[in-house]
Amino acid sequence: MSMLVSTTVNGDSMEFVCDASETLLDSLRDRMGMTGVKEGCGTGDCGACSIMLDGALVCSCLVLGAEAEGREIETVEGMSDGSKLHPLQQKFLEHAALQCGICTPGFLIAAKALLEKNPDPTETEIRYALAGNLCRCTGYDKIVRAVQDAAKVMNKKGKKA
Amino acid sequence: MQYIAPEKISDAVEALSQAKGSVHLLAGGSDLLVRMKGGFIEPDVVVDVKRIKSMGKIKKAGGGFSVGGAVSCAEMGDNDALKKAWPGVVEAAQLIGSDQIQGRCTVVGNMCNASPAADSVPALIAADAQAVIQGPKGERRISVAKFAKGPGQTSLKAKELVEAVELPKRPAKSGDAYLRFIPRTEMDIAVVSAAVSLTLGAKGVVREARVALGAVAPTAKLVPAAAKALIGSKLDDAALEKLAAACAAACAPIDDKRGTIKFRTRVASVLGRRAALIAYERAGGKL
Repeated sequence: MSMLVSTTVNGDSMEFVCDASETLLDSLRDRMGMTGVKEGCGTGDCGACSIMLDGALVCSCLVLGAEAEGREIETVEGMSDGSKLHPLQQKFLEHAALQCGICTPGFLIAAKALLEKNPDPTETEIRYALAGNLCRCTGYDKIVRAVQDAAKVMNKKGKKA
Repeated sequence: MQYIAPEKISDAVEALSQAKGSVHLLAGGSDLLVRMKGGFIEPDVVVDVKRIKSMGKIKKAGGGFSVGGAVSCAEMGDNDALKKAWPGVVEAAQLIGSDQIQGRCTVVGNMCNASPAADSVPALIAADAQAVIQGPKGERRISVAKFAKGPGQTSLKAKELVEAVELPKRPAKSGDAYLRFIPRTEMDIAVVSAAVSLTLGAKGVVREARVALGAVAPTAKLVPAAAKALIGSKLDDAALEKLAAACAAACAPIDDKRGTIKFRTRVASVLGRRAALIAYERAGGKL
């Protein structure tokens, strides 16, 4: 059964047609061009397809496209402010917290969700919060350092404002 | 496949009754979509319950709480009142998968999936939780302790769904705790688990207790002998020894690469004991 779905992605209204059994991951990539959302395992283990769905961090491979009707989605494509990178993106670059890059959008979304809830997490809290994101290149250490550094920058900015 | 997202319980029951072919309920989807992806099931109809308002809420009910069947485990963790009354249930819910999984998965789904190793189920059993079931014949309730019939099998009849799980009113000086053993620190399935819920009477003496074990039998199970060992005690060594022996005696585990029978049995008594101590302290008991 084909379905017409209206949804909001990174603040923009979007409509797409998909089969009822299609995952939101496939709808985002193939129907809406959001290829920052990556498929790793397709079974919720690796976190490469992480998105925010109505403010909740989820794996888009475990959501049906049809479920997105009327919901608000945030992907890595909406993270920067125009050409100005989000502090997390900037710090991932500075700390070389990526190699092949497949896991990076998922890590960025999950790290952003963490910092919104807990602006000053401990290293242990960061490691637990990112346990649902797998990286086979970096060994995680650089990722954790990048998140810690981004938290520092974001907290400083918050205090100024 | 047909996808239906009713807004009322009655419409969901109707959809289950009308559906032709294989029909599956979708709450968090963290089990259903994995099974679809793996080709283990090919649903003709999927009924999404997340648009049903009554199923999306944590409500205070009868002095206790009602957790709707579409409430995610992350939402349970964000609810301070629930966490305060039932810290063991919430910590069990928050051990399921990653933050991403918890953003979707539900304790009702965990229960309906009926894995012997489901994390939230022993905690719900220890809490004496009731499942509220809706079906063509109306509403019925069943104790979560009696809900699962075997691995992947529940006492749900055709065309029925679980609307919510209810946690009873909490007397003063009560506490609960859930512990599991996994060979790593996160993102794994319980090899053994234990949940304990206690209420203390005068002078820190245990007045009421419920103990449940997970992953050591075809279903998570209540262990009345373990609870009996605690009642009337202040969790002295003799009471804890009895509890540990009762937990070990209740085990009928499988023997596989994740844990031998001997290991699972031993760990069940260790976790039962540790969970009891945590629950006792949460209830305000001084050791």
